[in-house]
Amino acid sequence: MSTEYNGYITTERIDGASDGPLAGKTVAVKDNISTEGVRTTCGSAMLDDYVPPFDATVVERIKEAGATIPGKTNMDEFGMGTTTETSAFGPTENPVAEGHVPGGSSGGSAAVVAAGDADMALGTDTGGSVRAPAAFCGVVGIKPTYGLVSRYGVVAYANSLEQVGPIAPTVEDAAELLEVIAGPDERDATTRDATEERGEGAYDYAAAADGDVDGLDIGIPMELLDGADERVTDVFWDAIDELESRGASYHEVDLECLRYAVEAYYVTAMSEASSNLARFDGVRYGQSGGYDGNWNETFARAREEGFGEEVKSRILLGTYALSAGYHDKYYKKAQDARAWIKRDINDALEGADVLASPTMPVPPMEMGESLSDPLTMYLADANTTPVNLANLPAISVPAGETDGGLPVGLQLVGPAFGEKAIIRAGSALA
Amino acid sequence: MSDTENVVEPEEVRHVADLARIDLDDEEVDRFTEQFADILEYFETLDEVPEVDEEEELANVMRPDEVRDSLSQAEALDNAPESEDGYFKGPNVS
Repeated sequence: MSTEYNGYITTERIDGASDGPLAGKTVAVKDNISTEGVRTTCGSAMLDDYVPPFDATVVERIKEAGATIPGKTNMDEFGMGTTTETSAFGPTENPVAEGHVPGGSSGGSAAVVAAGDADMALGTDTGGSVRAPAAFCGVVGIKPTYGLVSRYGVVAYANSLEQVGPIAPTVEDAAELLEVIAGPDERDATTRDATEERGEGAYDYAAAADGDVDGLDIGIPMELLDGADERVTDVFWDAIDELESRGASYHEVDLECLRYAVEAYYVTAMSEASSNLARFDGVRYGQSGGYDGNWNETFARAREEGFGEEVKSRILLGTYALSAGYHDKYYKKAQDARAWIKRDINDALEGADVLASPTMPVPPMEMGESLSDPLTMYLADANTTPVNLANLPAISVPAGETDGGLPVGLQLVGPAFGEKAIIRAGSALA
Repeated sequence: MSDTENVVEPEEVRHVADLARIDLDDEEVDRFTEQFADILEYFETLDEVPEVDEEEELANVMRPDEVRDSLSQAEALDNAPESEDGYFKGPNVS
């Protein structure tokens, strides 16, 4: 197994059942998803020797389906990043655009699939972390509807936003993996049964990948194209032409609310992170630092050593946004923006089968390019974050390449539990 | 939006770090002070967002309170840097 691109943090093989729908397939797992007996680091020095005593529900399900797990994939520390450069285990490189980032935070998962080191992979998507690396590495990634897939055993970052999602070379493969992991779990009370929303056959995702887009009505939110790089929009419109030639049609939609998505996303995610990451105090697990003395001071020193810069930054900004005097100004406003985005995207989906945009407004950055300026990195999440705020499903499929040979992804967004619609539409392209 | 209004003071960063239980060295305080000014100014655009009514249908999800299998005490302690007599061991209270 190649580790050329630093896609894996741990290459310990975990065998699944002898048969099942994923028999003979390898499914790499992002390192914030618990695997019993195999270390799970979240890309952090804080957890570099943490060995979970149980499997996440999604891991249980892929093992029962016959998959072999070849290893745990590299990621931005605790899922916080758009490039997979903030891992304590070093950055991952993009196998199809060397010298460039693979996207993040599930960059290791996308890279090992793109490099052919795994047949499929699991990532997690809080603000685009499955779709961004899928787009940058020229593979397929699905962010499921909030509640479709269990998060039991997934190390929490911002749990009102995140979902586990599949990454694979084709839409059909990604749909097949989604079929295995989807469905309610009594250990995660936020899961829901898709058949209650969509009736019998709600989970038949692989069968929906039939490439039939005849009569498909696509809405295009122009706000998501306005700020995008021309190299990206050129490829995007070519892909829309391709869908049109196969019987789809499109109309423009106007969603002013989307201008506030990145801010609303970061305030919400950082606030939740500041609360979720409070559990890492080095007593029950994690680095203790071995200090003695006042509890608060001891914890603060352990956390100083265990967390990387981006994680500290987000915990502090989240703490700030929730602190006395600032709650109404930041957190409450972010929730208003979230409600607005939710309402307007759902309205737009009343008049269209799916919404389409470039997945990322820019082609893959060069390694090191965006690290010095967090705001530049945050702005790259403009097209993916609205989907998480609205709890909707979305897919990123390869749309083509720029003149310079850099992959461009097309994002399709569907209504809640409408995974089959985005899978069908996406399968016309990949 | 005046520039002076949004400047973040190093003391504020230290205060928040204290609340979040994260030690920072002086260099980090300087770097975060500068970065946070930019990021918080950017977040100010949320001021333009109108109040929006949420029509969320929320339901409590309950399950019966039944005894079920759980981790053994040894498993629960396995990742603790220090334990004693079946308990997690934290720093001394001074």
